[in-house]
Amino acid sequence: MLSVSNLEVVYDDVVLVLRGLSIEVPSGSIVALLGANGAGKTTLLRAITGLLAPHRGKITKGSVRLRGDAITGEDPARIVRRGIAQVMEGRRIFAEITVDENLRAGAFTRRSRAEVRDSYARVLDLFPVLASRRKAIAGYLSGGEQQMLAIGRALMASPSLLLLDEPSLGLAPKLVEQVRDIVVQINEQGTSVLLVEQNAVMALSIASYGYVLETGKVVRDGPARQLLDDEDIREFYLGASSDSERRSFAEVKGYRRKKRWST
Amino acid sequence: MTAFLQNCFAGLALGSTYALVALGFVVIYKSTGVINFAQGGLLALGAYLGYTFSNNLAIAFAVAIVLACVSAAVVGAAFERIVLRRMVGQPPFAVIMITIGLLFVLEPLITSIWGFDNKQVDNPWNIQTVGVGGLVLGVRDLWTIGLTAAVVIGFFAFFRYTSLGLAMRATAFDPEAALAQGISARRVYAVSWAIAAALAALAGITLAAGPGGLQPSISFIALAAFPAMILGGLDSPGGAVAGGLIIGLAEALTRGYQDQLFSWAGDNVSVIVPYLVMIVILLIRPYGLAGTKDVRRI
Repeated sequence: MLSVSNLEVVYDDVVLVLRGLSIEVPSGSIVALLGANGAGKTTLLRAITGLLAPHRGKITKGSVRLRGDAITGEDPARIVRRGIAQVMEGRRIFAEITVDENLRAGAFTRRSRAEVRDSYARVLDLFPVLASRRKAIAGYLSGGEQQMLAIGRALMASPSLLLLDEPSLGLAPKLVEQVRDIVVQINEQGTSVLLVEQNAVMALSIASYGYVLETGKVVRDGPARQLLDDEDIREFYLGASSDSERRSFAEVKGYRRKKRWST
Repeated sequence: MTAFLQNCFAGLALGSTYALVALGFVVIYKSTGVINFAQGGLLALGAYLGYTFSNNLAIAFAVAIVLACVSAAVVGAAFERIVLRRMVGQPPFAVIMITIGLLFVLEPLITSIWGFDNKQVDNPWNIQTVGVGGLVLGVRDLWTIGLTAAVVIGFFAFFRYTSLGLAMRATAFDPEAALAQGISARRVYAVSWAIAAALAALAGITLAAGPGGLQPSISFIALAAFPAMILGGLDSPGGAVAGGLIIGLAEALTRGYQDQLFSWAGDNVSVIVPYLVMIVILLIRPYGLAGTKDVRRI
C-alpha cells in the first residue's frame, strides 16, 4: 500500500536526518517502527504526509508511493484526501475548541455530509468516552481522552492508512492497553496502520512486521515475532540484559555502554 | 441625562467603526500571527471604491457598499496570494514590514487616482436625523451601528458554524496540526485577509458618508482602532469589538464633557484618549481584556 524507497530528508539544508530509508506497509497490516529519540521516526511520518515544510525540511532523494502513485512532497491537504491520516506526536488536539469541533475539523477534506455522519458515528462507537463529552472543551479532557480524541479526529478523514506517532506516550499502562486494543480494532475494520512507538513490546505485540531505525536508516527489520525474540532488540528496547555478569554492580562501569548497530 | 445619552450614542457610532477595523486586525493576527499595518490603507481604498461606485457609476448606495467590500476583499486576498505567500515560514517581523510597505504603496496610489480633494459620497443618509425623546440621532450613525452589529453577528456565526470558520479557528490554535487534518493553510490565510479587508472597507465607506467627507487622511482612523485592538486583546475577536466600543465611548464622552471637565487640557483632548487608554491597559494588563495571557518558559 505505502512504499517508501531510499528516502533522504535534509533539515535547514544541512542536517541530514533520513539517509536512504526504505520501508513498506502492506495493505491491511500493522507495521511497527521502532527507534530511539532522534532516529528519524517523526521525520519519516512528516515526509509521508507533506509536513516537512513548516520545519524547513526537504526531501532530497527517494520517493513515497501510495498504491503505486508517487506522492513525494505533495501538499498535505491532497495527501489527506488520498487517504493518509496522521496522529501527531503529543496528540496536538485543538485544546480551545470542543470535542465535537475537533472531530469535525478532522473531516475537513470530506464533502459528503452523509459519509461524515457515518464516520462520526463510527468514531463515537469506537470511543464511548468521547460520546459523553462531546460538548466539552478538548483541553479539559484527561490525557487518555485526548489521545482518543486525536485518534478519532484522524479517523474522521476516513483514512485507508493511519500513521500513529507514539500514541502510548505519557499514558498509564491500563490506557496503553486500551490504545493498543483500539489500534487492533481500527486495523480490523480495514485501515492499514504504521505505528511509531518507543514502547516496543506494545508495538511488536500487535504488528505483523517491524522496522528498527537508527540515525536515519533501517538497521533491522523482520516479522514482529522474530524481532521480539531478537537478543539485541530485547536488550535495547525490552530492558532485558543479555549478559548476566552485568547484574553485579561492582562490575558495572560508571557509564553504560551505548550499543549501536551502525558506527 | 439627555446630553449623556447623546454622547453615548456618538460614542457607539464611532466605536462601531473602531470595532470593525480592530476586528480586521484580530482576524489577520489570529490566523497568521502578523499585525497588518495596511489596515488603514485598505479602509481608505474601500471608501474610495465605494465613492466611485456610488458617484461616478451611479450605483445604488447599498449595492455600492457591497461592491466596495467585495472589491476590497479581492484586493486583500490577492495581496496575500501574490506577496505574502512567498513569506510563509519567514519571521513575522519581516511580514509586518511588508504590510507597512503596502500602506506606503496604497496611499500614493489612492491620491494619484482620486486626488487630495475632499469628496462627498452620494448617500441616502446625509445629515438626516431622527428624534427619539429629546435625543437627536443621525441616520448615518444609526446605520453604522446597525451594519456593524449585523456584520459582527454574521462574523461570529461564520466562525462558530461553518466548516471554513472552524478551519480558521483550528489553524489559529495550531497551524501544523490543522495542516495534518488536510486544512489548507493558504486558503485560511487568504480568507482572513479578504475578511479583514472587507471589514475595513465597510468601516471606511460608512465613515466617508459622514460629515467629514472623504479624504486620504481617512486612513488615520485605523491608528485609533489600534488601541481598541490592544484593549480587547490581540487574539480575541470579541475583545476587539468590546475594545472598539469602549474606546469610541471614551473618546466621545471626553469630547462631550470637555468644556466642563477637561477645559484645562485644551481643545481636542479627546483625540489622545484612545492612546491614553492603550498605555494604561498595556501597563496593567498587557494581553488586553479578553486576550490570552502568554505564558513563556524562560
